[in-house]
Amino acid sequence: MESIIKTEKLEFIYARADAEKQEGTPPAPALNKIDLEIEKGTFVAIIGHNGSGKTTLAKHFNAILLPSGGKAYVSGMDTSNEDILLEIRRRVGMVFQNPDNQIVATVVEEDVAFAPENLGCPSDEIRTRVDDALTIVGMRHYSQRAPHLLSGGQKQRVAIAGVLAMRPECIVFDEPTAMLDPIGRVKVLEIMRDLRDNHGVTVVLITHHMDEAINADRLIVMSDGNIILDGSPREVFLQVETLRETGLEVPDTVLLLHKLNDDGFDLPLDALSVEECAHAIYTALQTR
Amino acid sequence: MLRDITLGQYFPGNTVVHRLDPRTKLTLMIVYITALFMAKGLFAYLFMFSILILCLVVSKIKPRAVLSGLRPIFIIMIFTVVLNIFFVRGETVLFKWQFITVTKEGVVTAAYMASRLLMLIVGTFLLTYTTSPITLTDGLERMLGPLKKIKVPVHEFAMMMSIALRFIPTLIEETDKIMSAQKSRGADFESGGLIKKAKALLPIIVPLFISAFRRADDLATAMECRCYHGGEGRTKMKVLRLAFRDYLAFLCSAAVVASVVLLGIFT
Repeated sequence: MESIIKTEKLEFIYARADAEKQEGTPPAPALNKIDLEIEKGTFVAIIGHNGSGKTTLAKHFNAILLPSGGKAYVSGMDTSNEDILLEIRRRVGMVFQNPDNQIVATVVEEDVAFAPENLGCPSDEIRTRVDDALTIVGMRHYSQRAPHLLSGGQKQRVAIAGVLAMRPECIVFDEPTAMLDPIGRVKVLEIMRDLRDNHGVTVVLITHHMDEAINADRLIVMSDGNIILDGSPREVFLQVETLRETGLEVPDTVLLLHKLNDDGFDLPLDALSVEECAHAIYTALQTR
Repeated sequence: MLRDITLGQYFPGNTVVHRLDPRTKLTLMIVYITALFMAKGLFAYLFMFSILILCLVVSKIKPRAVLSGLRPIFIIMIFTVVLNIFFVRGETVLFKWQFITVTKEGVVTAAYMASRLLMLIVGTFLLTYTTSPITLTDGLERMLGPLKKIKVPVHEFAMMMSIALRFIPTLIEETDKIMSAQKSRGADFESGGLIKKAKALLPIIVPLFISAFRRADDLATAMECRCYHGGEGRTKMKVLRLAFRDYLAFLCSAAVVASVVLLGIFT
């Protein structure tokens, strides 16, 4: 499969204040020689606790940050090449945590039009892009509204539409549900699934909610600037001990099965959904 | 509490006035203000007033919206009237008590000044109530476009203005939240004199600024992610184009100015 994002020995060190520099200790890298390849059309979740480097990593995917060492590529294009900066940013969009801080305009459709306007699209093309993007996120009826009168979930959907209007190949979601209520959260997760399944968009989700990561095709766990686990959600969640050492909570279902196994049961740990979990316990009880 | 500010607020609609090009409206506003200052005599004022009312009716602005918008400038109005009544000296004295003299000319000037001020402000309401801030900044950017040639950062100013407008409601909401948070921890914003009150505002302003800077940082990143790279090579979804109604509006405004001048001369 073709890869959309590729990093080679990617390193990043945050610049520090002068006072700190004089103390002599070498600054700890936020990213420690990361080798990663993300395939086109997949749904990849990156999890890790605060300060694990997951957001720093994601900001290298569209040249918001440039590597201190190593390389990052988007569809084979080097992100440190400034001549193709716009093309890289067009291909890899990014949605952030706080929807309020991403919306530029005072009317929903004007905001969605912001990116294609920057790209210099002709005005009728912008119109179709805006309408398409708003339809995908289900906000077509709100196109004339003022963003500050929408709910948090609706604002986040407008922000997603704003990125979609660039017609990107990949969208990085940086904790997009952290500030939303449960309903808004479900809707945003649905849109991410829909983008991957029906629109061929590669989705990279950065989160610390384990249950949001369950639906991903691939799960990457980060800690202190390193990738410590990488695999399908089922494979990753089997490593209950490693996950807990890094301070991450495993999904409730896995936790329950793990604890039952500690008490002498022999249950499969990869039953992620509540139904699967219930079924596993049921069969185990029957064969006892 | 802080939500009911109406100054510079847009009321969506679909009347002729709403659909006029923002550049037309801005030009008409300048013409209107000039005409107001050229108006002399009762008839010219009445004429301007009736034009204003006509425009308000056509644009379907609710009278209540106009009145609530006028509330903040009420004090300035009173101040103007009082100043003019007591300090304009004239021939016919209406009232005299110790050092206070009220003359007929004073009262007349006060009335003219007050009504001019009123018409001036209501006229600008007409602009901001019927034009969305984005369209308005768009129009300004286009009108000032030629200044780009002498390196005036017109696009940057327009962008700054529209972002400022976008964040006014957000920051007001934030101020409300911070005030509630401080109140719940025992802060007192109501009692005390002016200095004490101003001091009490400090615990609101500091967190507000910190959060505004954080927002600005986030917004800048989000804008970069959406390929923003200044005004160069930027296109617009809604291209401004002058329609027949715009030319008609220019014609009408010319007629109004001519009438005002004539009314001033012949009465």
